[in-house]
Amino acid sequence: MSGLSIQNLSMRFDLPGGGAVQALQNVSLDLKAGELLSVLGPSGCGKTTLLNIVAGFLAPTDGRMILNGHEINGPDAERGMVFQQGALFEWMSVRENVGFGPSMKGMPKRDKAEIVNHLLDVVGLQDFKEKAVYELSGGMQQRVALARCLANDPDVILMDEPLGALDALTREKMQSLVLKLWKETGKTIILITHSVEEALLLGERLLVMAPRPGRIHKEYRLPFAEMGVDADLREVKKHPEFAVRREEILGMIWDMEEEIMGRTEAAT
Amino acid sequence: MIPFLIYVAIFVIAFFAVRAIAAGAARNDYGSLKTVTFGDESAVTPNRAASVISILTIFLLWGMFTGSSLLPRFLHAPGPYEGTGTFEYTAQAGNERDSATVTVLVHPIDVPTDAPDVAPGDGWAKDDSVAIGMWRSGLLRVDRNDEIGRGDGAEIIEINGEKVQPGGSVDVGWATVTLTDKGTPNIQPNKGWQMEPIWLPSPEAVVKRVGEIASQGFRGSTLWEHLGYSLFRVVVGFFFGALVGIPLGYAMGLSNWFRGWFDPIVEFMRPVPPLALIPLVIIWAGIGETGKIILLFLAALWIMAIAARSGVSGVKISKVHAAYSLGASKAQIMRHVIVPNSLPEIFTGARVAMGVCWGTVVAAELVAAEQGAGMMIMVASKFQNTDIVIMGIILIGIIGFGIDMLMRYAEKLLVPWKGKG
Repeated sequence: MSGLSIQNLSMRFDLPGGGAVQALQNVSLDLKAGELLSVLGPSGCGKTTLLNIVAGFLAPTDGRMILNGHEINGPDAERGMVFQQGALFEWMSVRENVGFGPSMKGMPKRDKAEIVNHLLDVVGLQDFKEKAVYELSGGMQQRVALARCLANDPDVILMDEPLGALDALTREKMQSLVLKLWKETGKTIILITHSVEEALLLGERLLVMAPRPGRIHKEYRLPFAEMGVDADLREVKKHPEFAVRREEILGMIWDMEEEIMGRTEAAT
Repeated sequence: MIPFLIYVAIFVIAFFAVRAIAAGAARNDYGSLKTVTFGDESAVTPNRAASVISILTIFLLWGMFTGSSLLPRFLHAPGPYEGTGTFEYTAQAGNERDSATVTVLVHPIDVPTDAPDVAPGDGWAKDDSVAIGMWRSGLLRVDRNDEIGRGDGAEIIEINGEKVQPGGSVDVGWATVTLTDKGTPNIQPNKGWQMEPIWLPSPEAVVKRVGEIASQGFRGSTLWEHLGYSLFRVVVGFFFGALVGIPLGYAMGLSNWFRGWFDPIVEFMRPVPPLALIPLVIIWAGIGETGKIILLFLAALWIMAIAARSGVSGVKISKVHAAYSLGASKAQIMRHVIVPNSLPEIFTGARVAMGVCWGTVVAAELVAAEQGAGMMIMVASKFQNTDIVIMGIILIGIIGFGIDMLMRYAEKLLVPWKGKG
């Protein structure tokens, strides 16, 4: 069976001063191969914890995850990760960064060079391939991170707010790039974001999570990602349903935030 | 005090002079358009003219107050009195008074000179003469050739016509004459403002001494051997310190057990000044090369261990995570992520360690050594060879500075990604 299945995932952190935080409670999710899922939620809802568990950096206190028929335990090249920032290796050139995964596998140089060249073309960084990564702008660095992840040909790509640190214009361009890559490569992608618009644009499926305990609040199936593959994203945003959904989700998150505030106020 | 005032004066005058000149050639870079410069750190850059004038001023003052032949004479600070001076004393014995002239020849210290011959003159008080070295003073028993001496009740009552009592003094223009409690004149020729070579030799004397020691050597070793020995000890000591310290630091950064085991030792040894270990190292290993190298090894070890440890701990977890999810093994993460990520810290540590080692080796040689820069200046100081001491200090400074520059250059070349993560 191909795809990612998350079953009854729970995560509890014990606090040093006694007590515990329930970061995730009974999260279940089935993702077919090639699906694009965006995860949205107020801070503290456990979305990054969820991603770290799927990546294999954390072991859940309960539940299990099945990817393509085998259980996930620990990080692996089959699940690539794109971080917000600062995860590139600044001692390597752009070319070496992108070729890192193939190098670790001991791929022959010629094959590696071919993959790297192809991906640099895809992300439009062919002219920068011998540059040091710290000489690039933030948007270019994230392109390198995407290319580095793709070079390993993972089954699932996990993105932890990959565009969070970029300015609005660059961000829009990168959103188009992510959609393009998704369509071209057919990868399963889980993308975490703070931005409701981004979640709507880059989510074939959209998961809204709620905090304390972290859990799935609501799930949507959306047409915008498909639309955005060929169209200008600004056109997609003008779609009447887009505005409706955005208001709906924003309202939902506002309510959650208010509930948290109310709870802390009541506690004090 | 006077040199300091001159220094301040040059500082202020140069400031206004350079500003007046620079006003003509206005800067037109971006910074010159900033209106807020006070408090803007980036607007403060070292003024190159100030640096040049600063260094020249130090040499100027040095030359002025040592009477350097490199400077035109009119720039010299007033020198000590040199030449022949005279004064007259009047002695009284009972009701009899008589005067006599004292001739004093003030000569350079390194030129032995006899007292000039003078005719005794008339009267019962006879003329005297004496030779005194520059900067020195001399007691002169003026009554030893007089017909009525001190033993006969004669005593000096006037010098150059000025009344004087035992303990008092008279300025005779070129010198100060003080009567001792017993009534003997003590002649102190004017010292001027210049420094005596045994306190501060002139720049050219120091340069000349560099040439001498470079060609003839000092205490059986040439200058280069002395400096070479010091450098050799530093390099070997640092090498072994890094060889042990870096792997130790890595182990402490990667393993709980190593961190727990060595933390107390490293944290205790780090604040112990290496100089405090000198006596123990001498007891254990003697004053030979082994002792020096052990000392420098210990000086470098903890610094390198701590640098490597913080280099490892400083790796961003997202980089390690990224490497794992790109399929890297532990060994590959060590080789491709942890080591390159820690190199900038290790270089910083190496720079500090080299500086500390250089300071420590000089100190260790001051205490006891057969050769070395520190030994050279220590021995020279015991013989008041101030020129060698100053030469040594300057050379030690130049080498220390050179080591630091070399390390910075290597850092730029080898870890260009420093601070760019």
